[in-house]
Amino acid sequence: MTTPLALGVLAGAVLSGTSLLYATLGETLGERAGIVNLGLEGIMLLGASTGFALCAVSGSPWLGLGGAALAGGLANLGFGWLVVARRANQLASGLAMLFFSLGASALVGAPHMGAVIRGLPKWRPAFLAALPWVRGTTLFNYDLLIWIAVPVAVLVWWALFRTRWGLGIRAVGESPAAAYASGRNPAALQYQALAAGGVLGGLAGAHLSLSLTLTWAEYMTSGRGFIAIALVIFSKWRPLRAVAGALLFGGAEALQLQLQARGAEVSPFLLEMCPYLLTILVLLAWGGSRRFFAPAALGRTFYGPD
Amino acid sequence: MPEATRLRSLRATPAWRTGTRGAAVCALALAVFAAILLVAGKDPVRACADTFKATLASGYGLSELLVRMTPLLLTAVAVALPSRLGLINVGGEGQLYLGAWLASAGALAFPSWPAWALLPLVLVLGFLGGALWAAIPGLLRAARLVNETIATLLLNYVAPLIVSYYVFGPWRSTESSAYPQSAAFADAALLPPLFDTRVHAGLFIALAALGCYWLLMEKTRWGVDMRAIGGNPEAARRLGLPVRTWIVAALALGGGLAGLAGMGEAMGIHGRLREGLSPGYGFTGFLISWLAGGRPLGILFMAFLFAILTAAGDTLQITQGLPYSAINILLALILFIVLARRPARGGGR
Repeated sequence: MTTPLALGVLAGAVLSGTSLLYATLGETLGERAGIVNLGLEGIMLLGASTGFALCAVSGSPWLGLGGAALAGGLANLGFGWLVVARRANQLASGLAMLFFSLGASALVGAPHMGAVIRGLPKWRPAFLAALPWVRGTTLFNYDLLIWIAVPVAVLVWWALFRTRWGLGIRAVGESPAAAYASGRNPAALQYQALAAGGVLGGLAGAHLSLSLTLTWAEYMTSGRGFIAIALVIFSKWRPLRAVAGALLFGGAEALQLQLQARGAEVSPFLLEMCPYLLTILVLLAWGGSRRFFAPAALGRTFYGPD
Repeated sequence: MPEATRLRSLRATPAWRTGTRGAAVCALALAVFAAILLVAGKDPVRACADTFKATLASGYGLSELLVRMTPLLLTAVAVALPSRLGLINVGGEGQLYLGAWLASAGALAFPSWPAWALLPLVLVLGFLGGALWAAIPGLLRAARLVNETIATLLLNYVAPLIVSYYVFGPWRSTESSAYPQSAAFADAALLPPLFDTRVHAGLFIALAALGCYWLLMEKTRWGVDMRAIGGNPEAARRLGLPVRTWIVAALALGGGLAGLAGMGEAMGIHGRLREGLSPGYGFTGFLISWLAGGRPLGILFMAFLFAILTAAGDTLQITQGLPYSAINILLALILFIVLARRPARGGGR
């Protein structure tokens, strides 16, 4: 393989970054409604394991995809019930969701570990395949989730910033009391945001198991959920900027994989640290100032009219 | 210096009522978990019996519970101490690994030292390793750059990689073995075991740490300061309390304790540095501390309970082929029910 390193990293960035993008978009929706979900990592694991299990059982990756989306949405709604209806501490509830999902995904995925599945089919448009520098790489040879990733980001942006629903979501995230006073139902809006966010998180996980690795392993998301949470901050809670962030971090992961594959002298363990260290560095550099862009009521519980 | 004031707990509920409430929560969680087991095709009654046999029914079982409790007590206090300031330390895993790593560095560097010198060195290094690893998020939080929850979470993934690097690389043992590990530590570095069991002196360190935590919070002025900061950081700052120093100090102290847990596992149980030192002790410690409300007696009780539950996870894996991780569902259910039950206190954060 004589593909230049830059091209390999770019190709890998798109592959790795897609899952990050979906997760970031999902978390953005929830946080725009004022809710931090630390259990995003768990939602992704649930999506990965459910998708894989359904595909192994039925042979259809599309069923797996649908199941993953459903699992993610339902799980996030469960989290939402804790946080909205029971007014529980969001950080603790998120970690409770994380624990639950660690166990549930292990339970769902265990019988199917090692199964060989038919993953999501990939397409490459012919006119792109003809280009010499594209042939031989993974560039533009993508499955459905990758092809619609950027359109989904645009959709989320449009929903948040160009619809009345999105305005309501953002209002709840800035000031639930004001949203309530304007006649909206903060709880319903938060549930809706979480449901949509959960679906996206489930899809993010499914992409890992149904397309990238075609396997299931416990903890296979390896902290991508937490990186996504950092990405939400990095992208200032804006879906379109999340695309750039996801590419950047996908690129970091792809770079370390490429370096490993090319037999670099550096220990693979040191390379694997890079995405997490990069995340901390990015938060260090921009996180402090970014917090002024956060939805004003992020993390706070709304106690209603009483 | 003013006398330390004694603050009585604001909750006046008698102990027996908290106890019965706790029992009800556990019972409900167990019921739901049993239902999940049934759906998964496992036998919950047999699981109960097997767990009992493995834990409470024999001296060896009880000693194994103590083995599990040792790191759990430490990682729980590692979370409880910073929580008094309102800080959330979810980095117990990483701090544990760093403590084990730094302690191992000392043990491997000075194998010829006598025990009275090497053991204290190893203890100090274990504490330092965890403390430094927690001080990083502490500094970031004190400078208002990064939220400590996210920082400690991310560092959790980096620390085991550091350990793996050394175990696969510079410290790799030349003895042939199924998996990579460091050379065995000199006997002088190992924590002495109790009787014929795997329980090691680390248990006393853990209990001492718990006692010190209680002392600190209840009997010293620092404990009052910490609770003041936790209650209202802005007011504390205006009172002249060095809030930022406290943030770093509290996280470093907590991290140091988690580091001691790691050192205990490496020096007391394994006798070497290897991967997979912790099956989630850091996270379980967080659960314990949270469920116990950060109170020392509660931590002791919950650590015992969670030792039984994690033993159940291992038992279920062996006897019924359930993945160990599935026990996390039960732990999560307990937290879930507690979160769902608690009446909304002022200001969820």
